[in-house]
Amino acid sequence: MSVREINASVITDVIEGMCITANEQLPEDVKCAIAECYEREDGAVARTVLENIIDNYKIAETEKMPICQDTGMACVFLEIGQDVHITGGDLYEAVHEGVRRGYTNGYLRKSVVRDPINRVNTGDNTPAMITVDITAGDRIKITIAPKGFGSENMSAIKMLAPSAGLDGVKKFILETVEKAGPNPCPPMVVGVGIGGTFDKCALAAKRALLRPLDSANPDPFYAELETELLEKINSLGIGPQGFGGRTTAIGLGIEVMPTHIAGLPCAVNMSCHVTRHLTEVI
Amino acid sequence: MEKHITLPLTEEIAKSLHAGDNVYLTGVIYTSRDAGHKRMCEALARGEKLPFDPQDATIYYVGPTPAKPGRVIGSAGPTTSYRMDAYAPTMLSVGARGMIGKGARSKEVIEAMKKHSGVYFGAIGGAGALLAKCIKSAEIIDYEDLGAEALRKLYVEDMPLVVVIDSYGENLYEKGRREYLEGK
Repeated sequence: MSVREINASVITDVIEGMCITANEQLPEDVKCAIAECYEREDGAVARTVLENIIDNYKIAETEKMPICQDTGMACVFLEIGQDVHITGGDLYEAVHEGVRRGYTNGYLRKSVVRDPINRVNTGDNTPAMITVDITAGDRIKITIAPKGFGSENMSAIKMLAPSAGLDGVKKFILETVEKAGPNPCPPMVVGVGIGGTFDKCALAAKRALLRPLDSANPDPFYAELETELLEKINSLGIGPQGFGGRTTAIGLGIEVMPTHIAGLPCAVNMSCHVTRHLTEVI
Repeated sequence: MEKHITLPLTEEIAKSLHAGDNVYLTGVIYTSRDAGHKRMCEALARGEKLPFDPQDATIYYVGPTPAKPGRVIGSAGPTTSYRMDAYAPTMLSVGARGMIGKGARSKEVIEAMKKHSGVYFGAIGGAGALLAKCIKSAEIIDYEDLGAEALRKLYVEDMPLVVVIDSYGENLYEKGRREYLEGK
């Protein structure tokens, strides 16, 4: 099999455009989920809030404005075919440069500080948070998910004991959502990771947020658990913006990994109604 | 209740507002979030004046996106308020009365609001494009080095808000959820 060459500058150009589009156009699956929830919402205040949320993403798309002022940290996921040879520059630098240009040329907010304690803004929203997977083939699949921190801050991870079992997992997820309350801009999207190690569990929860909201876990057991948890969350009464109502979450995804005989890690990555994800293949 | 309010937010106006009221705000407000609040409270601790007169002022917890050419401001929705809880009682104690943000507040902030007749308004989180439409002018008045977190003076017209916590300590997050669940 021959090797396909891809110039690093192509990656930069694609990422620049994706950063802007992802921040101005809400994905169709998220729009549909909001619309469906609006139909089912029975709280009067809640319906008004959802109407405003729908107006907002329409204005953003028409007027080419960011949907939310928190244009996030640029989470970039790369699935690189093992038959790809990247030429003309460093892969990571190509990604950072794309983010730098997208956030600068697209008038997006620069929300990244170089150091978590000393907190000086990098001025161009870099570095991107990059995750690389090597896959089969000769293509590069790029997914961009700008992540706001109002919801990110409400995320949590717990290293449960195996004896806690399914009930322990459910309890932790519901507790995390209830504790978050109005803070993560409900209606929220909930990404759950179960299993793996401490770090991979958190990554699984993040990956769960990348899935289209109308998709289900391929394992029927977890697909059912997704439905059950989403219903339980929507019985909490938190509602859009926390003002009370049915629509507390518009989606919940679970990603599962093998884990150690001694462990049952569970991570909950919270996201908001402006859950952005955009994928392109080079 | 739907109310149209013209700023500044006097004690009399503040006391007339109740959790759950839909409010349309018109007038001058100031923007500040984490880094700006830290700097303002440090200035006050040194006995210095703030870059604006805090008496009856309303502070919007927001870090907008940069304005595109020809526009007043970029997207400008609220940020999560609890991160300003450490500073809000100090701001209330020097006269700042209104706060606009989203999300829960601490007991300390609510006690300070009751003491100083403060009001906490909720704007719709994540509705930055919609909220930008009611901002008619924007200028940086200080802390320019903080970028999105710079201290801005905004003029807003009919900014759509909800009273989340009133000056009596009544809280819409508790009340709204309770009433929704009771009505089921």
